This record gives sequence, structure tokens and C-alpha cells, in this order.
Amino acid sequence: MPVNENWKPTIVAFCCNWCSYAGADLAGSSRLAYPADVKIIKVPCSCRVNPMFILRAFEKGADGVILCGCHPGDCHYSTGNYYARRRMTLLFSMLDYLGVENGRTRVEWVSAAEGVKFSETMNSFVSKVRTLGPSVRLGDLRCKN
Amino acid sequence: MQELIHRAKSLLESGEIARVLGWRKGENNWDVEPAFFATAEDLESNFIYNGFCGANLSKYMIEASKLEGKTLVFLKPCDSYSFNQLIKEHRIDREKAYIIGVGCKGKLKIENIDAEGILSVEGAGYPDCSEVLTVHTLYGDKTVAYKDAMLERCHVCKGKEHKIYDELIGDSVDTCDADRFAEIAKIEAMSPEEKFAFFQAELSKCIRCNACRNVCPACSCRKCVFDSTKFDSAQKANATSFEEKMFHIIRAFHVAGRCTDCGECSRVCPQGIPLHLFNRKFIKDINSLYGEYQAGADIEAAAPLTSFRTDDAEPGVGRG
Repeated sequence: MPVNENWKPTIVAFCCNWCSYAGADLAGSSRLAYPADVKIIKVPCSCRVNPMFILRAFEKGADGVILCGCHPGDCHYSTGNYYARRRMTLLFSMLDYLGVENGRTRVEWVSAAEGVKFSETMNSFVSKVRTLGPSVRLGDLRCKN
Repeated sequence: MQELIHRAKSLLESGEIARVLGWRKGENNWDVEPAFFATAEDLESNFIYNGFCGANLSKYMIEASKLEGKTLVFLKPCDSYSFNQLIKEHRIDREKAYIIGVGCKGKLKIENIDAEGILSVEGAGYPDCSEVLTVHTLYGDKTVAYKDAMLERCHVCKGKEHKIYDELIGDSVDTCDADRFAEIAKIEAMSPEEKFAFFQAELSKCIRCNACRNVCPACSCRKCVFDSTKFDSAQKANATSFEEKMFHIIRAFHVAGRCTDCGECSRVCPQGIPLHLFNRKFIKDINSLYGEYQAGADIEAAAPLTSFRTDDAEPGVGRG
């Protein structure tokens, strides 16, 4: 699909309170740039993210959804991100199976000290979604013309 | 079949059970329906067990568990997995059930018989079923192989062993003649565009009748996310476009790791959507990523989505 140069995707980033949100903070205070298209939603833990949240973000107009949490083993609540990992693995596999472009979803583990990683992740994710263009498939899943 | 009625009657008379959960005769021998029987007379005249008794009675035990006294329930081998899973989820009371494990030689779907104006189907009885069904129609007789009229789930039969029972009546046949995950693998091998076109075509048929949800033994929440928050009715049409579009993905995810692959969703779909393809995809992933797991086989086993290993695969595994 030819993508308009000026088109700006809407990216939703779910960030856990303890690592990734602090990582985003660090990116900000270190003056590391990442695209303004990223809308961060703070969650207590990556496992707070119900797979429905991801789907609902797409429904509400997101073109890409990324989930960031503490590195496995570093969860503030000990094990939350392990559960999130299984859920997201299955959800992403299902979205791939349905034919939704697989660049639109991602999970990345970002610690509070990884401001650079946060900024790099967001930059690469946004540029990936830019090449994919607006998200239409999920919304059209039940509407055959 | 007489053996089942006889046994149910004697249990009713002895007072050990208060009611029987079985299948009731319809107008034709294929439109049987799940039903409760409270009297011997009712059993005698209306109880039926034949090749069209595909309905899984496990879910009705949730309501029966709230009633006074024991309920006699007939379970086919594959139904016993659902029953086990419901025990594991504390949705049914084992003490309130008297389980007769009933034999099964594969169950039929009338829609799989390609004929117009069907009057009756011969050879679909139990225990005496024939390899070839004789279908009487308005336009003459026709023969169909029993295997060709079977439900999809019977082609991937889980075997003839009951996972839970109090007594067994009748013989079973393992009708498995296909690879359970062959269809899934075929879809996985498609390009994203082909996959999307396939699922869009299938899901566009959906009329949101909620039959798949209502029949599913894993869909047993007291309050369902698909119930309206505005009206106090359990059944309702879609409340939002979100739900309308994502219904099947969300439903599949909600039963992931708990679905026994009983195939009821596909059996009851009035639009013929192969809904098992969603659930089975999750089962295939769970098996390959987290180890073989059959919901309902073992009450004690840890469920895949409420457990983890520290070396689990990362999300997006296998993506190019």
C-alpha cells in the first residue's frame, strides 16, 4: 500500500508503572527523541493488560499497539510479566493467524534504566507501522463487501 | 437405547436420583434436544439416544447442580472432558451427578447429508448403526456413508475412554480418521492476505445469535462480557461495534486453555462457520509452546494460562 508521507500513525504503548513508564521518563529527561505519535497508557503491571485492551485500542483507532513491561524475572510483583508473556504470545499468534499484519503488535521489555532502549524501540516500532499504513483489517474482519 | 431407559428408570424408582438429563425425541429422528426427565413415563415415551445425539450435556449440569437431589447425566466419551473441566472450575458439583458413560460410535449432523426434503434417516440408531445411512426423501431414497455425515469433531475423535463416570453402558468406537491440526496448519501456511480473506468470508456470515456462546461448556461465566450492561437481559444483540467485530476473537481467547475442543460451537452454528478453527489454533499453540495439554483430561494439571515457565517463548515467536 502506498503510504502518504505526511500520514501519522496512532500508536498506543501500554507501559508498566515500575519499569517501562520510568524508562519512558528517563528517555524524556535524557532528551532522547521518540515520535509524538506514541500515546502512553500507564498500567500497574504488564499483566494488567487484558488482551481485550489491545483489541479495543485497535478498535478506537490505533494503528499499532506495543506493550512494555519489566524484564522477565524483574517484575515488581515477581511474576506478572510471565503471565502477560503467555497471553500476548497467544494473542499475537492469533492475530497473525487471522491475517492481521504482524508488525502492528509488539512486546518489549524495558527497564527503568533503559531510556535509550525505550526511545529506540519506539522509533523502530513507529517506522514499522508507518510502512504498514492505517490499520483497517481488524475493523473489517466481519464486513465482507 | 432400551438399556439406558431401563437403567434410568430403576435409578429413578430407587430414589437415588431425582431427575434424568438426556436427549428428547423431536419430530424427526435427527432433531433431538437436550432435556430433563422427571418421570419413568416421560423417559419411556420421549427419551432417545441415537446417532444425532451430539449435544454435550455437561453444561446443563451447572443448573442441575443447584437443584435438590442427584441428577443422572449421560456423557459420551468426549463430553466427559467438558464435565471434568467444569469440575476443575468449580462450576458443577460432582456429588450432585450420577454419571452414566454412554457409548458412542460417532455423531451425525443432518446438514452433512446432502439431500433435499429429508423424511427420515435409517441406520443412525445406537447401538445398532450401519456403515451406510439410508435417507428417505420426498424425491426418493438415497444412501450416505455414516462417516461422511459425521460431525467434524468425530473425525478427530479423542478416543473411546470416558474420563469420569459412575458406570458405563454400551460400546464406543474411535472414529478418528483425520489429523486434528491439519486444517490449522493449512491456514497457517497461507499468506496474510489469504488468511484475512478466508476469515473475513467466514466471519461475515455470523449473525451474532450467541448460539456458540450459549452452548459452550467453557463459556460458563455468571456474567458474560457480551451481556448488556444497560439492560438486564442475558441475551442481547451487539451493544457496540467493537463487540460486533471482535466477538469471536475475544470468545476464543476467553476459553483458551480451558476449551476441550468438544466442537459444540461448530455443531450449533446456524451459519456453518467453522468456529473450532479459532479454539484449535490456541490449542495447537499451547501444545507446541507450553507442552501437550488437553483440557479436562486431568483435573490436577496446571492450566497453561495460569502458569508459566521462566524460559517461555517471547511474544511474536516465529514471526518473519
